[in-house]
Amino acid sequence: MSGLLKSSIGRKVAMALSGLFLVVFLTQHFVINSTAVLAPELFNTWSHFMGTNGLVQFGLQPVLIFGVVFHFIMGFALELQNRKARPVKYASYKGGAAAPWTSRNMIISGLVILAFLGLHFYDFWIPEMIHKYVETHPEDPTRYYAETVHKFENPVRVGLYVLSFVLLALHLWHGFASSFQSVGFNNKFSVALSKFAKVWSVAIPVGFIIIAVYLHFNQIPH
Amino acid sequence: MALDSKIPQGPLADKWTNYKNEINLVNPANKRLIDVIVVGTGLAGGSAAATLAELGYNVKAFCFQDSPRRAHSIAAQGGINAAKNYQGDGDSTYRLFYDTVKGGDYRSREANVYRLAEVSANIIDQCVAQGVPFARDYGGLLDNRSFGGVLVSRTFYAKGQTGQQLLLGAYSAMNRQIGRGKIKMYNRHEMLDIVKVDGKARGIITRNLITGEIERHSAHAVVLGTGGYGNVFYLSTNAMGSNVTAAWKAHKRGAYFANPCYTQIHPTCIPVSGDHQSKLTLMSESLRNDGRIWVPAKKEDAIAIREGRLKPTEIKEEDRDYYLERRYPAFGNLVPRDVASRAAKERCDAGFGVNKTGEAVYLDFASAIQRYGKEQAYVRHLDANDAALVKKLGQEVVKTKYGNLFQMYEKIVDQDPYNTPMMIYPAVHYTMGGLWVDYNLQTSVEGLYAIGEANFSDHGANRLGASALMQGLADGYFVLPYTIGHYLSNDIRTGPISTDSKEFEEAEQNVRKQVGALINNNGSKPVDYFHKKLGKIMWNKCGMSRNATDLTEAIEEISALRKEFYNEVRVPGGEDEYNEELAKALRVADFLELGELFAKDALTRNESCGGHFREESVELDGPQKGEALRDDENFTFVSAWEYKGEPKDAVLHKEELIYENIELKQRSYK
Amino acid sequence: MKLTLKIWRQKNAQAKGQMVTYPIDGIDGDMSFLEMMDVLNNELINKGEEPVVFDHDCREGICGSCSMFINGEAHGPDRLVTTCQLHMRKFKDGDTITIEPWRAAGFPVIKDLMVDRSSFDRIQHAGGFISINTSGNTQDANAIPIEKIDADAAFDAATCIGCGACVASCKNSSAMLFVSAKVSQFALLPQGQVEATDRVLNMVKQMDEEGFGNCTNTGACEVECPKGISLENIARMNREYLAASLKG
Repeated sequence: MSGLLKSSIGRKVAMALSGLFLVVFLTQHFVINSTAVLAPELFNTWSHFMGTNGLVQFGLQPVLIFGVVFHFIMGFALELQNRKARPVKYASYKGGAAAPWTSRNMIISGLVILAFLGLHFYDFWIPEMIHKYVETHPEDPTRYYAETVHKFENPVRVGLYVLSFVLLALHLWHGFASSFQSVGFNNKFSVALSKFAKVWSVAIPVGFIIIAVYLHFNQIPH
Repeated sequence: MALDSKIPQGPLADKWTNYKNEINLVNPANKRLIDVIVVGTGLAGGSAAATLAELGYNVKAFCFQDSPRRAHSIAAQGGINAAKNYQGDGDSTYRLFYDTVKGGDYRSREANVYRLAEVSANIIDQCVAQGVPFARDYGGLLDNRSFGGVLVSRTFYAKGQTGQQLLLGAYSAMNRQIGRGKIKMYNRHEMLDIVKVDGKARGIITRNLITGEIERHSAHAVVLGTGGYGNVFYLSTNAMGSNVTAAWKAHKRGAYFANPCYTQIHPTCIPVSGDHQSKLTLMSESLRNDGRIWVPAKKEDAIAIREGRLKPTEIKEEDRDYYLERRYPAFGNLVPRDVASRAAKERCDAGFGVNKTGEAVYLDFASAIQRYGKEQAYVRHLDANDAALVKKLGQEVVKTKYGNLFQMYEKIVDQDPYNTPMMIYPAVHYTMGGLWVDYNLQTSVEGLYAIGEANFSDHGANRLGASALMQGLADGYFVLPYTIGHYLSNDIRTGPISTDSKEFEEAEQNVRKQVGALINNNGSKPVDYFHKKLGKIMWNKCGMSRNATDLTEAIEEISALRKEFYNEVRVPGGEDEYNEELAKALRVADFLELGELFAKDALTRNESCGGHFREESVELDGPQKGEALRDDENFTFVSAWEYKGEPKDAVLHKEELIYENIELKQRSYK
Repeated sequence: MKLTLKIWRQKNAQAKGQMVTYPIDGIDGDMSFLEMMDVLNNELINKGEEPVVFDHDCREGICGSCSMFINGEAHGPDRLVTTCQLHMRKFKDGDTITIEPWRAAGFPVIKDLMVDRSSFDRIQHAGGFISINTSGNTQDANAIPIEKIDADAAFDAATCIGCGACVASCKNSSAMLFVSAKVSQFALLPQGQVEATDRVLNMVKQMDEEGFGNCTNTGACEVECPKGISLENIARMNREYLAASLKG
C-alpha cells in the first residue's frame, strides 16, 4: 500500500478520496449551519452535541483534521511535482483553449480555502478549544447561536467568508466531479453523477453564503 | 554470376512444407552466439526483429525514425489480405495465389507467391493474438471487405488504420524483446553502407543522426527491411524520410537490383494543389468499394468546373462519364490500381480533368449514401421514401466505414465529401521492384537478406491492394526466420565478428569521405532543388506511361542532374550534429543513381506489364484496343541488374519466370 | 499571406535556446504548416543560415513524428489534426505565430523544435504488449469472438499515434492519456487479460520514473489529442491500477 501512495495514480486516488470525504463533511457542516437560519434552538442542540460528544470530539474530529491536512499536503506535493515536470515554461501557453480555469487553478482556489480555514479556525475552533479545554468554562448548551451570530457582525469578515465560498465553489466545481474519474468511475451513470456534483458544488457554497449574509443582517443584541 | 532462385522441388502446394522439413536448424544454445542486424522497423523489419529475437538470436535493429513505431507501414490504410475464407465466398490459398500472380501481370515468382498465400491465414491469427483490434461484425467475428482486382472478400481491416494497428502489433512484439534485452534498438540511425567480409555480409556502417557519429556494427547476417523507393519521384505517398539508401548501398556492394521500373501509381490520392506540395496523401483504395469514379461527359462542363462556374452536383446523371464502369463492366470501379490510374490519366489528358490543374477526377459517394440509407430505413422500419432521412442514414453508414478518411480529406482540401464528390488523382505509392532475392529471401550477396517492399519477389509488375501488409508480415514473421536459420546454421562456430577488420575500416572511410564531400561542397542550391527536379523527370518521363524517346532522355538528364548535384549542392551545418539537410543529401545522392537505373530498366522492358506501361506495346485492335499488351515471348523474366560503376552501365541478368501452375493470359477486367 | 514567425532555436540539448523572429511572405492557404516551414527553411539555406530542425515524416497525420506547440497549443489551433495536417488557411494575413517544442521533463529538447520522446518507448517496453510467440502456431483468429462494442473501443484506444501532444498540452506534463490508451486497448480485449495486472503496474511505474507530472483531470489532453483519445481511458487505467495494486 505504501507503494500505491508513491505512484502517480495512487496519489491521485488519495486526493479524490480525501476530497470526497471533505465533501461529506461539508454537507454535514452545511446541514447543521442551516439550522442557524431555520431553527436556532436546534442549532444550539446540535452544536452542543457536536461540541461535547466524545466520539465526535476525539474520534471524528482528528479524522477530519487528518483529512484536511492530508488533502492539502498531498495537493501541494503534487503541485510541486507537476511544476518540476515542465522545467522550461512555454513562451505562449493557451491553457484556456483546452481546459476550464477551475481545473487548471485548483492550487489557487485551494490556497484561498486554506487561508479561509485559518480565519475560520481563528474565529471558531481556537476560541472553542480555549473555552472548553484551557479555561474550562462550565458547559452552557444555549451559548452557540448567539456567539455564531455575533461573529457575522463585521461586514469585512462576511465579505471574506463570501469570497472564500465563491472560491470553494470553483474548487468543488472541478474537484467533486473529477474525483469520480480519479477513482476510475466512468460508466453510463457518470454523466448524471457529474451533473449532480456540479449542482452540489454551487448549491452548498451558495447556501453557506446565504447563512453568513442572513446572520449579518439579523444580528441579536450582545 | 548466374541467378539461382533456389526454388524447392516438388508440387507447388508442398514446396514450403518440404523446404521447412529439410532445412538445417540452429539449436537454442547456439542461437545465443549469433547476431543478426535488422535495418528498418516497419512491418517486415519489425516482425523479423521480434521473431528472430524470440527464437534466441541477438538482434540489433535500426531505424532512422525516433521510434520503430513510426516506420511508414503505419500509414497503410485499407487492409490486409488473407485466404481465410471466413465469408465462405470461395476463397482459398490457391485463389489468393492466383489473384496475386494475375494481378501482378504474370511477372512474379510462382513459388514465392504461393508461400505468401499459404502463410497469409497465420498472419491474422498471430495479429489477433497480439491484440490487434481488427474490425468485427455484430456476432463478434472478424469482418472482411473486398478490394480492387479480386472477386472475393478477403481483406481484414481496422477502419482506415490497418497499417498502424499491424505495425503497433509488430512494435509491441519488439517491445517485449527489447524489454528482455534480446533486441538492442538503435533509433535515429541511418545505414550508410554494408560491410562484406570474405564475400559475406557481416555488418553495416551507420550514422547516428543526432550526434553525427559514424558507427560500425557487425553481425552474422544482415536483413534489410527498408521499404521502397517511391520517393525517387519526389512527390509520392511515401513518408518524407523513406529512401533507397540502404538498398542502393547493398546494390553497390553486389546485390542485384530487380525490376526497378515496376512502380505502382495509386489511383485514389488527393490531387496536387500547388508547387509547395511536399508529399501526396493517399485515400484508401477501399473507397472504391462504395465510391463511383467519373468525369463530366462534356468537355465544356469540365472547363466550367475548372473555372469554378459549375458544381459537380449540378451535373446531371446522363452528362457524367463513369469511365471505369463504361470501359470495364465486369470489374467497374474495382479494376486493379494500374488500370484505374491509367484510365484517370487518359481522361485528364483528354481534357476532362476537374480541378484547377486539370489533373483530378471525381470519386462520388452519393449513390452509396442512397443505397445504404434505403437499406437502413428498411432495417429500422422507417420511411424509405423520405429523401432527407435516407441521406442522413446513408451518411451515417458511410461515416462508420470511412469516417476518418473523409475527415482527412476535408482537413486537406477544405471540402465536405459527404455532400460533394471527392477529387482524386493517381500518385506514386509503392515500388514492386527492389533487391533481387532467391526463395530464401537472400540477395545475391551471401548473408544479406531483403524483406517486405525492399525486395521484388511477390507482386510482379503490379501489387494488389492489401497485399503489401500481408507480404511484409509474412516475410518477417513466418518466412525469413526459417530461411535465415538455414544459412546461420553454418555460423555456429564463427564467433563474434570483429569490427576491426580492414573491410570495416574501408567501408567507414568510404562513408566519411562521402559525408565530408557533401558538407564541404559549398554549392549554391538546397538539396530539395535537386530532388524536385529529379522528381519532375521521373514523373514526366518514367511515370504512368513511358516510351523509348522519353526514357532515353531521362537517362541522360538524370546523369547530368547528378553531376550538377555534386557540383552545386549546398549542405549547411556540420557533420557532428543533427543535420537534416545532410541526411537528405545522402539520400538524394542515391536516388539520383537509382533513377537512372530505373529509366534504363524501363527502356529495356519493351512491353507493357502491370504498372509499367510502354506506349509502344498496346493492343492495336479488337475489343481491347488501346489496353496494355504484354509480350510473354520476350519478357517473361525478372530483370536483375548488377552494379558496374555508372548506373547506366549496369549489367542485366535475367531470371526466367516459369509458370507451371498458371496459364499466362492477357489480363482482362472488361 | 505575410506572417511573422517566432521560433524556438536551440543548438543542441545542452545549449541555451531563445525565441528568434522570422518574417515570411508568399504563404498560400493550401499549404500545410510543415510546407510553410519548408519554405522558411529553404529561404534560410539560401541565406546561408541553418534551417529550423523539427520532427516530421509521413505528413499525413499517422506517424506521430511532428510535434510543434503553435500559438500556445499542441499541433496548433485546429482540432483532431497533427501539425502536418494543419493548413495555413487557419491563419490570417499578418498573423504572428509562436512555435515552440513540446515542453516536458520527459521530453528533453534535442535541437530547435525536436524533442526526445524515447520515454514513450520505454513505457511500452515495460508492458505494452501481449506475450505470445510470433511462431504462427496460435489458435484461429475467430476462436475468440469479441463483442463489437469492445473491439471498437479497443480500436479507438489503439489509434494513439504516440505524438506526445497530451503531455505537451497538460499543464502538469502528464503522460496519462498516452499510457492509458495502451493499457485500455489490452484491458478491453480478452487476449490482454492474462497479463493485465503486471502490465498496468509496470507501465505506470515506468511512466512515473520518466518524470511526467500527475493527472489532475483538466481534460486538456483529450481536447488537444489529434486522434481524439478519450479521458475514459484514464478512468479505466485508474481502475485497472487500483485493482492491480490491491491484487498485489
